[in-house]
Amino acid sequence: MTDLAPTGARGIARPDIERTTTDVSEIGDISRPIGFWEGVFAITAVRRALVLVALAIVWEVYARTLSNPLMFPSFSDTLVAWWSDVASGRLPSAAITSLQVLLIGYGTAIAISAVMTTLAVATRIGTDILATLTAMFNPLPAIAILPLALLWFGLGTTSIVFVIVHSVLWAVSLNTFTGFLSVSQTQRMAGRNYGLGGLRMVVFILIPAAFPSILAGLKIGWAFAWRTLIAAELVFGVSGNAAGLGWYIFEARNALETASVFAGLLTVILIGLAVEGLVFRTIETMTVRKWGMQNH
Amino acid sequence: MLAVRPNPLPAAGPAGATLLSVNGVTLQYKTRDRLVTATYRVSFDVAREDRFILLGPSGCGKSTLLKCVAGFMTPTEGDMRLEGRIIDRPGPDRMMVFQEFDQLMPWMTVIENVMFPMRRTGRFPGSEIRDRARRATEKVGLGRFQDVHPHQLSGGMKQRVAIARALAMEPQILLMDEPFAALDALTRRRMQEELLQLWDDVRFTLLFVTHSIEEAIILGSRILVLTPHPGQVRAELDATAYSHEHQGDADFMAFTRKINGMLFGTEETAHD
Repeated sequence: MTDLAPTGARGIARPDIERTTTDVSEIGDISRPIGFWEGVFAITAVRRALVLVALAIVWEVYARTLSNPLMFPSFSDTLVAWWSDVASGRLPSAAITSLQVLLIGYGTAIAISAVMTTLAVATRIGTDILATLTAMFNPLPAIAILPLALLWFGLGTTSIVFVIVHSVLWAVSLNTFTGFLSVSQTQRMAGRNYGLGGLRMVVFILIPAAFPSILAGLKIGWAFAWRTLIAAELVFGVSGNAAGLGWYIFEARNALETASVFAGLLTVILIGLAVEGLVFRTIETMTVRKWGMQNH
Repeated sequence: MLAVRPNPLPAAGPAGATLLSVNGVTLQYKTRDRLVTATYRVSFDVAREDRFILLGPSGCGKSTLLKCVAGFMTPTEGDMRLEGRIIDRPGPDRMMVFQEFDQLMPWMTVIENVMFPMRRTGRFPGSEIRDRARRATEKVGLGRFQDVHPHQLSGGMKQRVAIARALAMEPQILLMDEPFAALDALTRRRMQEELLQLWDDVRFTLLFVTHSIEEAIILGSRILVLTPHPGQVRAELDATAYSHEHQGDADFMAFTRKINGMLFGTEETAHD
């Protein structure tokens, strides 16, 4: 309410300014090329590889200062042991045996999980069954039901597959079902608008919409499958006529070849990194990242 | 527009004939601890080629009414008939455009989104689908963005895709639930103009929900004014005379004030 302001106006008035804008062709190139190192560090694989190199260096330095190859072999010793067993074919055959059992168990679990979650999302009794079973069995360690599996299926691949299915099934189902429940109401209504229902709703709307959760479940399931497999092999060793990685580690420990124990663990890690970096990463790039459902 | 046939709507009767009739519809829905009556004995008729607006403040049950027309819920009392047949389930003869941008499927490109309902319903021969989808996306000005995923589009563009997807299906009636409410004011105005242009071309029947008096007057040919708690019909008004160019005219303002008075019982100007 000063004398300067005209009556009825709020605030102090200042004169208007109008300018003509410059055309973009006269302004020229506004973007800036990316520098070499900035470009290199933008590649995820390069940054992750650097983390691995750093870890290897720390390992090597620590083992050398410790200088006790029986307890903690150095990175280079482990590599030597790893290479000699790879060359002799012992490690590759162990890895292949383990991977075969792993894939059978993992695949079976995913198939069962698909049926169970579809039933759970379609019917209320299905939801109740899945919720109850998951609550009951998810906390149960796979290794704890191994004695039962041995009793039922004997000493062989079937027992290991059984415990792998147990450890994967509940994790994948839980994630998938949670994903289904979090699909937006609008997308569901859009699906129903086109007359989709039941199985067609699950296939065309729910699975793609819940894909980030499903993928997370698959990753967790994969890790659980590995853990269970190695643990089961450590407990009762040879399954059938071929020995897996767990048995390889067990034997090496008995022979006090600690470097070979590390080589066995290294193989598990390498396979894990390869699956994460190649398989899951590719699936992510082709799906959730392309769809803008995941940003990094 | 999108039809190969000269007749834009497949089973269209003459303009002005009753297409949708809503008779004494009471809608109730349950929340955790009580039963809410959304609308009480609402009746209206939508004629072919109407741009019928359901207007009212929040809580008047206009969105619930639209969901009921779409077949997502059933009335407690009364019935809704599309061409004489009682509506009891969702169906592609009533295509819905939602307010939310996530109505587009993020895993499909723009053209795949437009093709999706056509593919799933088997309403059109497979060989025609891509062509129809292409023309529909061009019609809403997104011809260049056909192979882009929705997350790369702006809000207005996403709503255009949703409109193209709905119109490509040649529905009996197009249902829109505040489709422009989440857009900024400038984009909203442009979308309103484009929708009117589309209507000039295609002459579809539109049932449109809004809480903006201005939007109702500009877009609508007929406005159903609803009062809240529970939703009841206050008036059904003709609005064929007004569009964007009349904004600010004396009789446009008078009409706005009239509706405002019906809704709020005052003669204050709306700030919509």
